[in-house]
Amino acid sequence: MLLKHEPSTEQVKTEKLYQQMGLSDEEFTLVENILGRTPNYTETGLFSVMWSEHCSYKNSKPVLKKFPITGEKVLQGPGEGAGIVDIGDEQAVVFKIESHNHPSAIEPYQGAATGVGGIIRDIFSMGARPIALLNSLRFGELDESARVRYLFKEVVAGIAGYGNCIGIPTVGGEIQFDASYDGNPLVNAMCVGLIDHKDIKKGLAQGVGNTVMYVGAKTGRDGIHGATFASEELTDQSDENRPAVQVGDPFMEKLLLEACLELIQSDALVGIQDMGAAGLTSSSAEMASKAGMGIEMNLDLVPQRETGMTAYEMMLSESQERMLIVVTKGREQEIKDLFTKYDLEAVAIGTVTDDKKLRLLQHGEVVADVPVDALAEDAPVYHKPSKVPAYYEEFQAMEQEIPQVSDLKETLLQLLSQPTIASKEWVYNQYDYMVRTNTVVSPGSDAAVVRIRGTRKALAMTTDCNSRYVYLDPEVGGKIAVAEAARNIVCSGAEPLAITDNLNFGNPEKPEVFWQIEKSADGISEACRVLGTPVIGGNVSLYNETNGTAIYPTPVIGMVGLVTDLNHITTQNFKNNGDLIYLVGETKDEFGGSELQKLIHGKVFGKAPELNIDVEKTNQDHVLTAIRAGVVQSAHDLSEGGLGVAVAESLFTNEQLGAEISIEGNLVSALFSETQSRFLLTVKKEHQTEFESLVAAKLIGEVNNTAALKVKAENNTVLEASVNQLKDAWKGAIPCLLKSRD
Amino acid sequence: MKFAVIVFPGSNCDVDMYHAIKDELGEQVEYVWHDTESLDEFDGILLPGGFSYGDYLRTGAIARFSKVMQAVVKAAEAGKPILGVCNGFQILLEAGLLPGAMRRNESLSFICKPVELKVENNQTIFSTAYSLGETISIPVAHGEGNYYCDEETLAALKENNQIVFTYQDNPNGSLEDIAGIINEKGNVLGMMPHPERAVDELLGGADGLKLFQSIVRSWREANVVKA
Repeated sequence: MLLKHEPSTEQVKTEKLYQQMGLSDEEFTLVENILGRTPNYTETGLFSVMWSEHCSYKNSKPVLKKFPITGEKVLQGPGEGAGIVDIGDEQAVVFKIESHNHPSAIEPYQGAATGVGGIIRDIFSMGARPIALLNSLRFGELDESARVRYLFKEVVAGIAGYGNCIGIPTVGGEIQFDASYDGNPLVNAMCVGLIDHKDIKKGLAQGVGNTVMYVGAKTGRDGIHGATFASEELTDQSDENRPAVQVGDPFMEKLLLEACLELIQSDALVGIQDMGAAGLTSSSAEMASKAGMGIEMNLDLVPQRETGMTAYEMMLSESQERMLIVVTKGREQEIKDLFTKYDLEAVAIGTVTDDKKLRLLQHGEVVADVPVDALAEDAPVYHKPSKVPAYYEEFQAMEQEIPQVSDLKETLLQLLSQPTIASKEWVYNQYDYMVRTNTVVSPGSDAAVVRIRGTRKALAMTTDCNSRYVYLDPEVGGKIAVAEAARNIVCSGAEPLAITDNLNFGNPEKPEVFWQIEKSADGISEACRVLGTPVIGGNVSLYNETNGTAIYPTPVIGMVGLVTDLNHITTQNFKNNGDLIYLVGETKDEFGGSELQKLIHGKVFGKAPELNIDVEKTNQDHVLTAIRAGVVQSAHDLSEGGLGVAVAESLFTNEQLGAEISIEGNLVSALFSETQSRFLLTVKKEHQTEFESLVAAKLIGEVNNTAALKVKAENNTVLEASVNQLKDAWKGAIPCLLKSRD
Repeated sequence: MKFAVIVFPGSNCDVDMYHAIKDELGEQVEYVWHDTESLDEFDGILLPGGFSYGDYLRTGAIARFSKVMQAVVKAAEAGKPILGVCNGFQILLEAGLLPGAMRRNESLSFICKPVELKVENNQTIFSTAYSLGETISIPVAHGEGNYYCDEETLAALKENNQIVFTYQDNPNGSLEDIAGIINEKGNVLGMMPHPERAVDELLGGADGLKLFQSIVRSWREANVVKA
């Protein structure tokens, strides 16, 4: 679509060029009706990106309406760059998650890097200091193809390359591997920021006559139509879209970050917005629309990296590290001076008007003149048909089956070396997770914990989604995703505050896929209501399909919690010889979507584990109460691989320690079932009475100094392994999968 | 004692260095912008980690032409303590204040983790608070920490006891496990591990604090006691 001679208005219509840009015939007619004339090529481009799913949520809006978005601590819900939650003392936490799936499938390093860069800008455009990064990644099976291993290595390198350079610690995340992500990896990046209430800024273009300024990197031809590309399925021809992938410059963004945070303190600043998806178009149209204003811009003044750029190219470019700001008329020079200190340009390119139009001038002519609300607000909303998939009914009809296991120890070792469970040290040791020296709990834990300097407070944060459960049962799986995130937050000693969600699904035009979206939104909504964690923002990524096959439905939950006192911070590793080991929550025979089922059958099927959200809430409340009372030494949530994996993982930090536990009932279920709402806690003997008065938990064993794990049933030893042996299996799996084959 | 933390475009451990000095060491400290011409008012100069100028061209290669570097050279000549950590070390190498060069890590990947160091020389102004041969835990976080120098330089480093810290389990392939070296005169230390990240038990350890305490102790002995 990089045409030297731009097509005429007539050609746009007669040759249906709008279709190549992603607009349907009906949508084009709607644009004609709004304008009362046929849009020219540039204007058609503006509508096509603003009405893409990525920018308009036209297919997902009816579903997103289900989410609870308010709460007494919510200062900013969905609709701005990021959501904001009050954490007391006139401070607030700002966070959001966003996907960069399609770019990462085509060019994994830059795709992942610019995903990180984009989400950071969303945070500091609110006026917040970014303090931590997390991510949620999905790839195909590592042992299946060199392409998957390449995507995995490059995505990790891209995340590291951007985050490390800009100096924001990457403190946590999650990775799962499954064949459904073979050609369509998921790269979701989350950023958490800290702000004083007084500094909160919004993307509003207020005040007629105020000046619109462009700051940051110059505009090039990279990333043109990125938002449209993100709203299509991937095919074997997607490589041709490589120009739609942007290139990141974290050094430029570091300068822009520091300059913008200084700018936030200036009363000359009226509004600020990141030029993210749909670049100059979305930032200008949305800032004007939200403020009930218009914007007129002279494109000749836009700093350009290449010569001869058309209005269409400039408006649709997704060049990185740019911001659009509105400043009080007459104070442009002080803004320029501020940016000059950081070797950055700030250029006045337009003014705020009162006619609610986005008017663009180039070479002395009006090249586009369209109502801002039509771009930002009037995209059609589609209520897609939904249909229960046949596979779901088949799975629901199945009985729960306990897998046959002959050797418990061998099974535990195999589970520990499954890539989804195995140590992710190979990944997070490439991330600078300590820079800014506030990281109290590092990657590899249930949740990362970052202290707030100068206070006794800290923030716990995590990303979570077991998409196997969501595939088996989207509603229950959606609930579990929120519940597990909250369990992780609670284990770290924090109270869950709110979530941001990244809804990664296949093509919503397929009724079965739309059903998955609807049902998982129902599950997420219910869990959020009961757990008191509203949705304060997020991102939707649809059309995650390769050659017609959809990914597992993957609604990733990013959750942040508040640690009210540093003394409450708790980690999963066992601490002292002699501590008592407790299990909170009942264990049932639940293996649908479990790691053991996958290991044995090579696929998942049947019913997802049940989740009683009220039981979940009660268990979480009890555990947090006990942690705050100071009677819990370690806390770990039971997830993939069940109790066996949780106990083993708790032994991997302090190598002198061992544990002996007793189990009953079906041994396979006791050790490997993935029943929800369970926690593994250790307690000092002197706290036994107080602990038991606070938490309904079953005493199952004791920490010892044998450096081995022993599991007993009816006084017989049914599993015994040295911690070293368990740890080797867990720690070596991913490096081994990567090394042996390439 | 008054410290300067030099801020280059792209520095990102400046904040950590600042807080280590102010909150944990309890000394005076100021950020100093890269275009500053004089460091006369400061008693100690700290070049923090990060990605000055985006690591473009070569790590530290552009930063070493910053205006402030002339003042750093002057301070070095005046015998003031100068500490370069990570990117700060790389800049000191590029500026010729320390010998040798930095290559990419052997793994070709960035690496961030706590590592164990051996104190090889506790007679420098940066290391008197440690005992000789002591093992300390300090984090590394770098992509290019694979120190190299020619044989002649290495022989001189050994001869003059200029190797201050070595890795117990070499994370990056550096020559002779070198983690930190000092100039011949004994007032300029460059090291890849981050002592400013190891000053608070809450974050996993405080073995780095003694390095800063050593600087202050030596400075007091030289300046305050005599006065």
